[in-house]
Amino acid sequence: MLNVLLFVVFPYVALAIGIVGTIYRYLTNQYSFTSLSSQLLESDWQFWGSTLWHYGILPTTVIHLAGFTVPKIMAALHSTPEMLYLAEVAGKILGIMALVGVGILLYRRLASSKVRTVTSPVDWIVLVLLFGQVLFGLILAFGYRWGAAWFLHTATPWMASLATFQPAPQYVTALPLAHKVHFLTGFLLFALMPFSRLVHIVTFPTSYAWRRLQLVIWTRRKAAQ
Amino acid sequence: MKIRSQVSMVFHLDKCIGCHTCSIACKNIWTDREGAEYMWWNNVETKPGVGFPTQWEDQEKYHGGWELEDKPKNPQLKLKLQNRLQTFANLFSNPAMPTMDDYYEPWTYKYGDLFNSPLGDDQPTARPVSRVDGKPIDIKSGPNWDDDLSGSNIYAVNDPLLESMSDDDKRRLFSIEQLFYFYMPRICNHCLNAGCVAACPSGAIYKRAEDGVVLINQDKCRGWRMCVSACPYKKTYYNWATGKSEKCILCYPRLETGQAPACFHSCVGRIRYLGVLLYDADQIPDAVRVPDEQLVQRQREMILDPNDPSVIAAAKESGIPDGVIAAAQRSPVYQYVKEWELALPLHPEYRTLPMLFYVPPLLPVLNSTQENGAQRVEAELFSSLEKARVPVRYMSRMLSAGNDEVVLKSYRKMIGVRIYKRAETVGDVTAEEAADALAQANMTAEEAEAIYRLTSLPTYQERFVIPPYSREGDIEEIYDPQQRKAESGFGKSQGAHRGL
Repeated sequence: MLNVLLFVVFPYVALAIGIVGTIYRYLTNQYSFTSLSSQLLESDWQFWGSTLWHYGILPTTVIHLAGFTVPKIMAALHSTPEMLYLAEVAGKILGIMALVGVGILLYRRLASSKVRTVTSPVDWIVLVLLFGQVLFGLILAFGYRWGAAWFLHTATPWMASLATFQPAPQYVTALPLAHKVHFLTGFLLFALMPFSRLVHIVTFPTSYAWRRLQLVIWTRRKAAQ
Repeated sequence: MKIRSQVSMVFHLDKCIGCHTCSIACKNIWTDREGAEYMWWNNVETKPGVGFPTQWEDQEKYHGGWELEDKPKNPQLKLKLQNRLQTFANLFSNPAMPTMDDYYEPWTYKYGDLFNSPLGDDQPTARPVSRVDGKPIDIKSGPNWDDDLSGSNIYAVNDPLLESMSDDDKRRLFSIEQLFYFYMPRICNHCLNAGCVAACPSGAIYKRAEDGVVLINQDKCRGWRMCVSACPYKKTYYNWATGKSEKCILCYPRLETGQAPACFHSCVGRIRYLGVLLYDADQIPDAVRVPDEQLVQRQREMILDPNDPSVIAAAKESGIPDGVIAAAQRSPVYQYVKEWELALPLHPEYRTLPMLFYVPPLLPVLNSTQENGAQRVEAELFSSLEKARVPVRYMSRMLSAGNDEVVLKSYRKMIGVRIYKRAETVGDVTAEEAADALAQANMTAEEAEAIYRLTSLPTYQERFVIPPYSREGDIEEIYDPQQRKAESGFGKSQGAHRGL
């Protein structure tokens, strides 16, 4: 029963809150969508913390999502021992980068009273959860090696079962506690997205890659269209 | 020809007395808020001096503005900050972000302590506390920290513009009898080729086509802060409390209701002029890619004569209302910038095409070569402008991308006007000398008279020729006022708060 609650009900609720909440916030309060940078107040630690964190966590997240959505391609990618070894090392390096990064970000928030001033309770919750999430991810990576392989036979079918509305929690219920914590924190963070600064993820400025550099806007021409 | 109109500005530096009334008017209306305390959308600097933020003119440090590619054939313009790819790479930590130390840490005083301190032997004091974290601070710098401190070995010596001057000029600048200074009021230049607009990853910054005011859409701004770095004038600021960038809005709510912006309106020295310029937007890409010494001339060429029938026809074709064209015909800015060629853009070498122009300061007129007080200062200065107390080199570094001739031309006219009026009112200059001065400055007596009148005797309506706005009409086309009326007043109004 608890397993159903944790690995079926909770993920659905978290996804629903995350998606609906973020869309609702975007439609009603776009002003609040910002990265809430504190680089103006503290720049030196921010560079190392933020850069290491984002360069570590973004590829890691993409690889996780690829494992859920295109498992066959991911399986083919590490079909040889060499590639599996490469995936293992790359994953660990990215994870350590992210952990060091988020550690620095935590430290600077604690150490700089100016940055502390602009830190809300939700910011603390999110930061600590992210630190814990990456820490548990690394515990899995070092404690249960060849994650690139077993991921595809545990987390992937579980997520696929959720996506097809035929929930099969049995894929993950037998896993050790560290795995379960990592899975649940992941969904918790997703649920927290609309209530925290995590919404800045969805505002990644992709269109800058092709937009015109100078923007000139006519009120009247806009009306004519 | 694609004609657009720009509400443009002239600041007459000879008339600025450095009273900072403009700064205070602006601060009281727009930036007296948490997170914006350190911002000065309008500030007045002492030049030579370091400016605000400290040494903002040093683009090797701040990486603002544009750069022309270093190749002989068809060089392209690039943001000095970064290209598009680097923008994504640097998204997580801005590589050229000024920190609060480059501006100053805002503070207040614990005034309550003066009243609430317990009885004791010592006088109670109000200690300064930071307005960011509320902790006691030692004030190290503040707004106008180097006010009037030209010649100072601590501040003015760090002016980035001094490096272009000769050692002799530098020595004079720091000798007490010969030092000079003038004031430099600065607001957003509302550029035609703005660095901030181009650098914004979110596309939140835009130029309002109707009047050319550059604005940041606060709903679209995501706080990447690239505008702060890319603006060479450092006139966009990051609000640390709301997580959004902000800048001078040229008081557009005032403009739309026919009032001059607050800093213009409150100007004690009446140094500020505001009016419409019509320009050819198709020329922008070429105008920003000419060699440094041609930049001012090229920018003037873009600005079109609002009395020329072909320009009027093209302007109507481009959708510019008759009222705006009529305002452009009376624009004092057009006269200063184009007709008289007196006013010059600030640092045209940043290639943003700034639309705020400065009439260079003539004072103090004392010639550095003067040996006894008996010389007739102006006539002497006229023949040896290069030896003027304010080194021409310094002014050209600031207002004409190093082209001395552009600044000299402007100076010759101003001195010509002075000699002409002196012959008329004081009489110690002969009519021949006056005519000679006008001839050297290449202008007529009528022009000298017109310059004199607009410089010294302009009325409020002559200084500020605000085009008629029809915002209500424009808005009506995209939003039914009846619907607006029915909808407003319901629901929760959202303040400018940080995050949720």
